[in-house]
Amino acid sequence: MSDWLGPEEWRAVSLSLKVSFWATTVSLPLGLWVAYLLARKQFPGKQLLNGLVHLPLVLPPVVTGYLLLVSFGPQAALGSALEAAGLGVAFRWTGAALAAAVMAFPLMVRAMRLSIEAVDPRLEEAAATLGASRAWVFLTVTLPLILPGVVAGAILAFAKAMGEFGATITFVSNIPGQTQTVPTAIYAFLQVPGAETSAWRLVIVSVVIAMAALLLSEWIARRAAGTVRGT
Amino acid sequence: MTLSVSLQHGFEGFDLDIAFEAPSGITVLFGRSGAGKSTIVNAVAGLLRPRAGRIVCDDTVLFDSAQGQCIAPHRRRVGYIFQDARLFPHLTVRQNLLYGRWFAPAGAPRADLDRILALLGIEHLLRRRPGHLSGGERQRVAIGRALLASPRIILADEPLAALDEQRKAEILPYFERLRDEISVPILYVSHAASEVARIATTVVALDAGRVARQGPAADVLSDPAVTPLGVRAAGAMLEARVAAHHPDGLSALDAAGVTLLLPRVDQAPGTSVRVWIEAQDVMLATTRPDGISALNVLEVTVKELRFGAGPGVLVQLALGEAALLARITRRSAEALSLAPGARVFAVLKAVSVARDAIGDQPTSGGAA
Repeated sequence: MSDWLGPEEWRAVSLSLKVSFWATTVSLPLGLWVAYLLARKQFPGKQLLNGLVHLPLVLPPVVTGYLLLVSFGPQAALGSALEAAGLGVAFRWTGAALAAAVMAFPLMVRAMRLSIEAVDPRLEEAAATLGASRAWVFLTVTLPLILPGVVAGAILAFAKAMGEFGATITFVSNIPGQTQTVPTAIYAFLQVPGAETSAWRLVIVSVVIAMAALLLSEWIARRAAGTVRGT
Repeated sequence: MTLSVSLQHGFEGFDLDIAFEAPSGITVLFGRSGAGKSTIVNAVAGLLRPRAGRIVCDDTVLFDSAQGQCIAPHRRRVGYIFQDARLFPHLTVRQNLLYGRWFAPAGAPRADLDRILALLGIEHLLRRRPGHLSGGERQRVAIGRALLASPRIILADEPLAALDEQRKAEILPYFERLRDEISVPILYVSHAASEVARIATTVVALDAGRVARQGPAADVLSDPAVTPLGVRAAGAMLEARVAAHHPDGLSALDAAGVTLLLPRVDQAPGTSVRVWIEAQDVMLATTRPDGISALNVLEVTVKELRFGAGPGVLVQLALGEAALLARITRRSAEALSLAPGARVFAVLKAVSVARDAIGDQPTSGGAA
């Protein structure tokens, strides 16, 4: 594959995979927690949290990217504090991962929330009467039953992260090898005369990854239906 | 082993204030829907926190509002058999059965898996998943799962209500065996009088959030004051002994010194059985009827007449030491001039009593 792709294209593909992997992995526990809160708990400000989680879905991505820039940029208080601690994200691949995570978060939470809502709380009660503490109930009953939803949410988030463009280019720009992901690379190639073949190769990579993600999540959903029916 | 419960609880339009003791054997909480039965069971399990009260199982205090004590459900070690089985769909039958054992304290007495499997007849199901079980099989696995968690007490909330008649008849014998074979108290919720008559050791009759009567099953169930709770299923329980089987498909039973002829009872002669006789199956006559198809004509004494709001009257009869109930119309009672102390003949068709007939009558409708 590295023969077929040019070095610049390969860098974009591997950076995109790295960014999406970390964006998905790090936001997974947080997404699960937020999905659980939204599905099961009643608390003041629940609608506000729900709105906040879904905001990146409805805002123009460029707005999300700009908001990230003014909060995490080198001039911002938060950004400079992180920079001083050696955790700066501005114009680095970690910033691209942050932007991808924020943009993918609503999709992830949505899939997980639906699967948590589908779990019958009476099964969890039954587990408690059999001696399982809250943590054990979650690990042995809730989690196995929602696992397909969690995996589907993660795959969706990964696919979304692979395709993130607007927020990424606004927040961390388009630096080859640093912050140039597949979509921003395609955009860059289209600005240069004669680079259409490079763009085309990346387009093919994008289509293949997106298609694989969809098929995988579809397959998991079908297997999950069997598990929940108990067959 | 005894469970003692006293609690007060209330929610909109409902006020619960009860106290009772459940010794070893099956204690049935009996009453119509909305009498507070499930609330009590959920409070014992810890799934619901009552407003006030005290729940003690042997020496262990499960709940005590005066001392602000409330043990979490998973530390109470109750074996809860739910109406809807609630098996874990992602686990096999074997994993479901052993789920509670995982969490049981090391020192807890362990129920033997093989014995429970044999008791419930579920050995062949171990590798299946709950989705592939019939309703009756699912309920049997749920019973096994509760037993194997080494419970201090077993709770059963209408465990047969979701099953059809045939499945009920399949499960009831297992509860009879449990009653006789395990020492932990069983708290069993039901609104079906005939089911209660078969399995109960002790009955706690509930009415609108109060204990109407509690005591040994035969006493409570034959008490006309309790019958409005079971409405149409009013009846009496007779302790009887199988005397002989006749070739025409009938069995002769000794009950309170008289012989009853009933459809064949599948028990060896000499075995003790309980016979549930519904009040509406008993006719009364002032003289011994002649030329009648009914096989059982019993000489009884009228003890009490209980008039309800409707046209019916419930007559409590003494058959030797045992009690019998008859439901007749007020008009008939007046025509026969029935009064306490009168000697009358109770007429019972043999075919109206089947030992396995379970009268799960709807609890709505008027009382006698």
